[in-house]
Amino acid sequence: MCRTCVAIAGADYCVIAADTRMSTGYSILTRDYSKIIQLADKSVMASSGFQADVRALQKVLAARHLIYQHQHNKQMSCPAMAQLLSNTLYYKRFFPYYAFNVLGGLDSEGKGCVFTYDAVGSYERVGYSAQGSGSTLITPFLDNQLKSPSPLLLPAKDAVTPLSESEAIDLVKTCFASATERDIYTGDKLEILVLNASGIRREYMELRKD
Amino acid sequence: MFRNQYDTDVTTWSPAGRLFQVEYAMEAVKQGSAAIGLRSKTHVVLACVNKASSELSSHQKKIFKVDDHIGVAIAGLTADGRVLSRYMRNECINYSYTYESPLPVGRLVCTQRSWKRPYGVGLLIGGLDESGAHLYYNCPSGNYFEYQAFAIGSRSQAAKTYLERKFETFVDSSRENLIKDALFALRETLQGEKLTSSNCTIAVLGIGEAFSTLDQETVQRLINEFEVVGEDPPAEAAAAPDQSDGAEPGPAAAAADDDDQETPAADQGAAPMDI
Repeated sequence: MCRTCVAIAGADYCVIAADTRMSTGYSILTRDYSKIIQLADKSVMASSGFQADVRALQKVLAARHLIYQHQHNKQMSCPAMAQLLSNTLYYKRFFPYYAFNVLGGLDSEGKGCVFTYDAVGSYERVGYSAQGSGSTLITPFLDNQLKSPSPLLLPAKDAVTPLSESEAIDLVKTCFASATERDIYTGDKLEILVLNASGIRREYMELRKD
Repeated sequence: MFRNQYDTDVTTWSPAGRLFQVEYAMEAVKQGSAAIGLRSKTHVVLACVNKASSELSSHQKKIFKVDDHIGVAIAGLTADGRVLSRYMRNECINYSYTYESPLPVGRLVCTQRSWKRPYGVGLLIGGLDESGAHLYYNCPSGNYFEYQAFAIGSRSQAAKTYLERKFETFVDSSRENLIKDALFALRETLQGEKLTSSNCTIAVLGIGEAFSTLDQETVQRLINEFEVVGEDPPAEAAAAPDQSDGAEPGPAAAAADDDDQETPAADQGAAPMDI
């Protein structure tokens, strides 16, 4: 399992981040490979795992989105794309895409949404998620910072974080800086995509190269 | 037309070597409302007349986006046209999936099947590839030809006459002039009806510009700017010379109508267009 991806949903934004290292075994294949793809104007997917399968999955989703646009004359919403991704993954239930995905974007109300997947399409809408080799290091930290109390408590709390956009970006940078220290597959450079009402923005941050 | 014993099946030849079913299918194209295509070196403009079957209904969509670099205008059985555009869209998507590059337009034009009835629709396919802009006409017989400008459908002969007069200027035409010529040609097919943005549709694609259909406001503004009015204009330009189309002595009109002034000067006279 290579690479690490993280996504965090906010009240009116979504942050998706992934490192840019591609490795095999103990070697690095390249330090500058983007794993994040924009599928629709409000949906962005980041995937870790076997990159050939990831690339094939991205192409299938892009083609399906084109067909949707031809038939419906509009872009797919993020929840719709989430369902499509799930169906596409389950379609290959008995020869799966070796891809661990996290889909982020804005829903039809403009609120941030993050969907997290396993390799065969089981998915859930959450407020934040991490996938990939660094996920075991990052998820406990995000739980500590972002996890809302039990959904059984009243009043019901939104899964979406109350953090502001810049705070969320700083949190993501902290996550990756820490994961890079201990995970050999994570490092080199961090690519961050921020989706909000005014569009999409990309940011980069250098990470440790060892 | 004529009925005879060789016309029941598309797989039956007549003794004179004709396939009547195919020829009848080509008649269907002539029944449809007009569609016009023109191209320059860098742009293709497709235009069509919106005919609604009754006052209560809306008009049928006749211009389809096939890909960012290919668009198609149809005339004839619109249902067949939709089937063909869906097929063409799939071909484009599959090609770019496999080859990661846009489908060359010339590869798209062979679509007829021999064991079913011929498609009763003519397709004007405008597309861009490495060699520039192209316009193809695909008819029910399966034949296709490349054109500088063409018109199909009912009363298309009037548009063709206009296009034949002007086609030599199209190659180096600017995008705006190409659209203007399309509007003028379209007006010819209306034979007296006033051209407004509600009875026509215009689509443009070009180098650096993905296929898009112009919205109603833009089209109406262009119609007003080019002063394209019907043959019985209301109070305004009664004594206009035959070539111009009821042009008032406005800055935009003066340069636009005279053939000899089909130069960049015409663009400067017209208002800047942010389409």
